[in-house]
Amino acid sequence: MLKFIKHHMTSIIGIEIWPILGFLLFFTFFLGMLWYVLTFTRRHVAHMEQIPFNDNGTTPLDSPVH
Amino acid sequence: MMQRFQYDNKIVNAFLMATIIFGIVGMLVGLIAALQMIIPWMNAAEWFTFGRLRPLHTNAVIFAFVGNGIFAGVYYSLQRLLKARMFSDGLSWLHFWGWQLIIVSAAITLPLGITSGKEYAELEWPIDIAITLIWVVFGINMFGTIIKRRERHLYVAIWFYIATWVTVAMLHIVNSMAMPVSLFKGYSMYAGVQDALVQWWYGHNAVAFFLTTPYLGLMYYFMPKAANRPVYSYKLSIIHFWALIFIYIWAGPHHLLYTSLPEWTQTLGIVFSIMLIAPSWGGMLNGLLTLRGAWDRVREDPVLKFMVVAVTAYGMSTLEGPLMSTKILNSISHFTDWTIAHVHVGGLGWNGFLTFGIIYWMLPRLFGTKLYSVKLANVHFWIGTLGIVFYAIPLYFAGFTQSLMWKQFTPDGYLVYKNFLDTLLQIKYAYWLRALGGTLYLSGALVMVYNVIMTVRAGKLIVNEDAEAPALDKAEVITDGGYWHRWIERRPVQMLVVSFVLVAIGGAIEMVPTFLIKSNVPTIASVKPYTPLELHGRDMYIREGCYTCHSQMIRPFRSETVRYGEYSKAGEFVYDHPFQWGSKRTGPDLAREGGKRPDSWHYYHMYDPTSTSDGSLMPPYRAMYTNLIPLDIIPAKIRAMQNLGVPYAEGFDELAVGDLQQQAAGIAANLKENGIDADPNTEIIALIAYLQRLGTDISRDAGASTVGQVNP
Repeated sequence: MLKFIKHHMTSIIGIEIWPILGFLLFFTFFLGMLWYVLTFTRRHVAHMEQIPFNDNGTTPLDSPVH
Repeated sequence: MMQRFQYDNKIVNAFLMATIIFGIVGMLVGLIAALQMIIPWMNAAEWFTFGRLRPLHTNAVIFAFVGNGIFAGVYYSLQRLLKARMFSDGLSWLHFWGWQLIIVSAAITLPLGITSGKEYAELEWPIDIAITLIWVVFGINMFGTIIKRRERHLYVAIWFYIATWVTVAMLHIVNSMAMPVSLFKGYSMYAGVQDALVQWWYGHNAVAFFLTTPYLGLMYYFMPKAANRPVYSYKLSIIHFWALIFIYIWAGPHHLLYTSLPEWTQTLGIVFSIMLIAPSWGGMLNGLLTLRGAWDRVREDPVLKFMVVAVTAYGMSTLEGPLMSTKILNSISHFTDWTIAHVHVGGLGWNGFLTFGIIYWMLPRLFGTKLYSVKLANVHFWIGTLGIVFYAIPLYFAGFTQSLMWKQFTPDGYLVYKNFLDTLLQIKYAYWLRALGGTLYLSGALVMVYNVIMTVRAGKLIVNEDAEAPALDKAEVITDGGYWHRWIERRPVQMLVVSFVLVAIGGAIEMVPTFLIKSNVPTIASVKPYTPLELHGRDMYIREGCYTCHSQMIRPFRSETVRYGEYSKAGEFVYDHPFQWGSKRTGPDLAREGGKRPDSWHYYHMYDPTSTSDGSLMPPYRAMYTNLIPLDIIPAKIRAMQNLGVPYAEGFDELAVGDLQQQAAGIAANLKENGIDADPNTEIIALIAYLQRLGTDISRDAGASTVGQVNP
């Protein structure tokens, strides 16, 4: 299966663009992610970080280890 | 409108118990393997040698101990974070029993020598298929639960679970591609450099996406729960997540520095490894700072103690890893016990201690009781911590010592320690201390077992835990957050796709050029496929796990070319399905072993290593002197290799057995001259043929033909 790919495509034209493409993808992704996180509202963060404590189960929250 | 439902605790408990049982088994096998390295007679039987038990140890702790730990934690937290019972009880149990069956089949096949010879992916192709199916079952169950959830937003822990699922699926499938020869034997689809690249892309990311991301998800759930306060910074957790999964996938080639891998790939691996410090430490700090204002409780709560040490160990090993990925430190650390110390700080510290913390936290809640003894949990904590210290520190000394001894020259330019064995015997003391560390760690775990049994006996499993929550209003208008928040956070399928694209990009950019551009793996005209006898001998080498102690990769250092010969070239491995470069030198490199010593030396050496190398710690391989080469499978092996593109002449499979017997008779005759009466049909003859071939091709005239060799 692999031999067909290996032996017939022996070069990629324009491989020089590979690292530049990698860098651009990388950089834009991180800018986007940063922008995404910085636009969180306080209310949203407060809701998100409380999710583990709102499971509405019957087990009491305080640790029975104590 | 409130809906009543129940959390499934029974499945959580099942995975939890499996975690504990296989944890003990995995650690015990590890301890036995550690002792086998210093007490050669402990390699008591053919199926009980270091080379076969070491893969069993790694597979057991990674996939059985940590694997079940992941599932226990995920099944507990996922239900509660989504306010929903698991999608299907049937799938949950199929997942559970399927996974345990896979573990049992691994525990049977690995000691039998049924192995693919690729580190951390040793299981043969039928088991690989089973893993894929069970992983899909887990995925359906997880996504089904996410779809029927009663909480609109997906907490960050679930992001980590999703990334884990999608990436492990991709890694496992790509790396396990193999050409079956029989039910219990397959050859890796890739060869040499390409196989190495795929394998360490897998190996590195198995650490990333099996030992790290799911455990970070668990950290983000269980640490806030145990500390009873929310995570330090939710924003940081999101940055941590995306940065980690995006960067991790690129770093695999740092396992192959100074090897025959193309230089640019190595550099890419180094750059991304250094960058990994940022998200890893972001995550560690986020975990530790979650305890802000609760540090007084760390003094008395063993759960928090375990978690603090776990996260600290995570921080240490994620700083150490990038440092080991720099070329200067890698030239010292690679192939030595430093690597072993490094992975055990991660394994014993991060995975082990986080698992113990979670067990101590979860168990009393599952059984509606108090932990039997907080004091014993504290005892476990201290014995375990001491165990890690005794495990890691001696091995750091061992790694440095041995590496520097390998590199030491006399003023006249000769190696000071010409005999490899001298450098090994020098660090034997460290192996004893490591075994002591392992014993301590295992003892701590046994204390936990007692504590768990007593806690279970005192309580009663709350099989189904009642809960109620309002149904998710599909039409509800969310006012906070922008468009992208809603797009990603509320759509798990998009999340899956985005994670997949991110991890696939990293893998593709590394691999595609290495696979497609011929100049990246320059071919060498004189390198020819193995003869049938050598091929079978190579399978013996793989079966016995020789790669767990011997490398086949001479790095371009003077200290290595003087000791072993010409450094290894990428083109020398083009017919190696799978590659056998190894990652640790407990014994010397074998890349140029061929022709160095007479056949008779190998014959005596495998029977009793100390007869040729005084003080050798290598196990004897006596079964090979009576086991016969199964001739009926030889043609199938040749055909499998032909299918993989190895240029044996058309119809050579029919001639292979004759070729094999001819070459074997030659070796037997050669042994006879040295007074050894050897049966040419035994496995040892095949192994000698393989060892004598290793690394000899490049010094041969390109036009010449080896025994039975048919030119393409």
